[in-house]
Amino acid sequence: MIEIRFHGRGGQGAVTSAELLALAAIHEGKYAQAFPSFGPERRGAPVVAFCRINDKPIRIRANIYEPDLVVVLDASLLKIVNVASGLKPEGMIVTTSKDSPEKVREILNVKNRVGVVDAVKIALEVLGLPITNTTMLGSVVKASGLVQKESFIPPFKERFGRIAEKNIAAFERAYQETLIV
Amino acid sequence: MTKPESEWTWKELPVGNVILEPGNASSYRTGDWKSFKPVLNKELCIHCGLCYIFCPDMAYNLDEEGYFIADLFYCKGCGICATECPTRAITMVVEEEK
Amino acid sequence: MGKRVGMEVSIAAAEAVKQANVDVISAYPITPQTHIVEHLSEIVANGELDAEFFCVESEHSAMSICIGSEATGARSFTCTSAQGLALMAEMTYIASGLRLPILMIVANRTLSAPLSIWNDHSDTMMIRDCGWIQFFVENGQEVYDHVFISYRVGEDRSVLFPTIINMDGFILSHVIEPIELIDQEKVDKFLPPYQPLYRLHPDQPVTMGAFALPAIFAETKKAQEVALRASLPKILEVWKEFGDLTGRYYHPVETYKAEDAETLLVTMGSIGETASVAVDRMREEGRSVGLVKIRLWRPFPFEALKQATLHAKNLVVIDRAVSVGGPGGPVASEVKAAIYGEPLRPTVYNFIAGISGRDVAPFDFIKMVDKAEIEIEEGKKDGYELYGVRE
Repeated sequence: MIEIRFHGRGGQGAVTSAELLALAAIHEGKYAQAFPSFGPERRGAPVVAFCRINDKPIRIRANIYEPDLVVVLDASLLKIVNVASGLKPEGMIVTTSKDSPEKVREILNVKNRVGVVDAVKIALEVLGLPITNTTMLGSVVKASGLVQKESFIPPFKERFGRIAEKNIAAFERAYQETLIV
Repeated sequence: MTKPESEWTWKELPVGNVILEPGNASSYRTGDWKSFKPVLNKELCIHCGLCYIFCPDMAYNLDEEGYFIADLFYCKGCGICATECPTRAITMVVEEEK
Repeated sequence: MGKRVGMEVSIAAAEAVKQANVDVISAYPITPQTHIVEHLSEIVANGELDAEFFCVESEHSAMSICIGSEATGARSFTCTSAQGLALMAEMTYIASGLRLPILMIVANRTLSAPLSIWNDHSDTMMIRDCGWIQFFVENGQEVYDHVFISYRVGEDRSVLFPTIINMDGFILSHVIEPIELIDQEKVDKFLPPYQPLYRLHPDQPVTMGAFALPAIFAETKKAQEVALRASLPKILEVWKEFGDLTGRYYHPVETYKAEDAETLLVTMGSIGETASVAVDRMREEGRSVGLVKIRLWRPFPFEALKQATLHAKNLVVIDRAVSVGGPGGPVASEVKAAIYGEPLRPTVYNFIAGISGRDVAPFDFIKMVDKAEIEIEEGKKDGYELYGVRE
């Protein structure tokens, strides 16, 4: 089972990211689960969301304490939240940042693999909004290979309707531009 | 009810204690609740029917001669009919001892 | 096997209500039940379901409308949480006293104060004795399935009781997971239209909700009590039929690696799944631990519970509600009552855990088992603790 923790700010779409990843995995016939860190929505506050993916039915319903993958949707969180908390030694962090993966690894003071993409820039250029949820999923797929790119198309279309194409484009660009170390 | 409630066993009760016999309240004697009963002075009665309209127990019925008469099986002796009667044809009198 | 579709559990619940072809939906929105009602109002507004959707001004009215509509023979649905259930409480007793097979989903949430929106079982335990059939489900699939099962059981002429499906708020209601949907054709076959025994209709007038003097009230309660207990065989029969139809078989008490276990965790609701993961971890360490999960809360499955637990040495019962000033959590009280008459019975250690949404992870179950085993070994007979509270 792969456990993924998303860090974002309220309104950036961390919950949506977790949900879309789960829906794409389920679409592939896998078992998956996505849930927010429950509570009242607070725009701008640091939030987390969770996703589990497995080949067998998932029985655990607790929060994720030792993730295999951490996804960060807002670079400012790298300095104010311990995003690497509990991350498995072989686990990985994927984040939006203008910095290089080496620099991010230095900021976080971790030895884990790190994937970096400037998702804010891509989102602004493609979507016209600094909402990085779908963009970061492109980076997640590139860095982790957890699910197939194509599996996101049905959930994107269902969730975003007429703006699905733009989100697919942002996703694709992030997939291409992600750097990994 | 076909028999007093104190004689029913739990097994005999309809599901949800539904009352299946429509209008069975008509078998319920409320007439023995009263201490006063209405008495009509037919000479003063103008057949207006206000007693019939106001009676909360629907105890009044029209008789063959065209007078509204309280059925003492139901009348609780509340006296509303006597209060409403425009010609004071109805008076409430103490019920005789049974 | 049908195809698995990813969706939020609340949406799956609403879809099941649609597929059950209900006639009346009456509800007032409250967190964390909201998504169910929102989705149902969309379904009705879009014309996908021919039903009356009543936007009411309170939960008391929501249940009152369900009582009225169900009394006319309309299949009725409502759902609520916490304070909403509290406001509705008065009417829940009337629904069961009148034997009206309404279905209510309770997205379980803490009763205030302090004000809290998170999950535990304090809301539903408040109306434990309201005379409804009460299920606790573990996952989204079980919520979906039990909508059909509940109407089928409740509307049976031999049963005629309203049903509560308890699903943990947020932990289930706000989770996206795969759900195996059932074809409408199969649902229609499994759940035929409601044929009420009595209903309010001018062609054949009846009186519902009449007054009862002390001379007959006890008889009415005995009739209700016997009937609710007697619904158990029907519930088992419908579960079996549903299992044959879908491959998903349900039982009043379910066990996991319990047959040979010295210590058994006893849970109710969605924490059962997490507890099973903890059991696996303890088994890997060679410990003799198993799990018993209570699915049917009312009528309480005394025999099934005894069968599942009497062989064990220790029972570690996890409650999700506090009986303030009482003997422990409500589940532990019931478990103790069920085994009290047995000459050889396990020792019960009761933890209250995960109140108001505090996370209960596999390591928490392991800690609870550790503590219970040590203290019972030392001779403690009445272990009771609010787990994880800072001293």
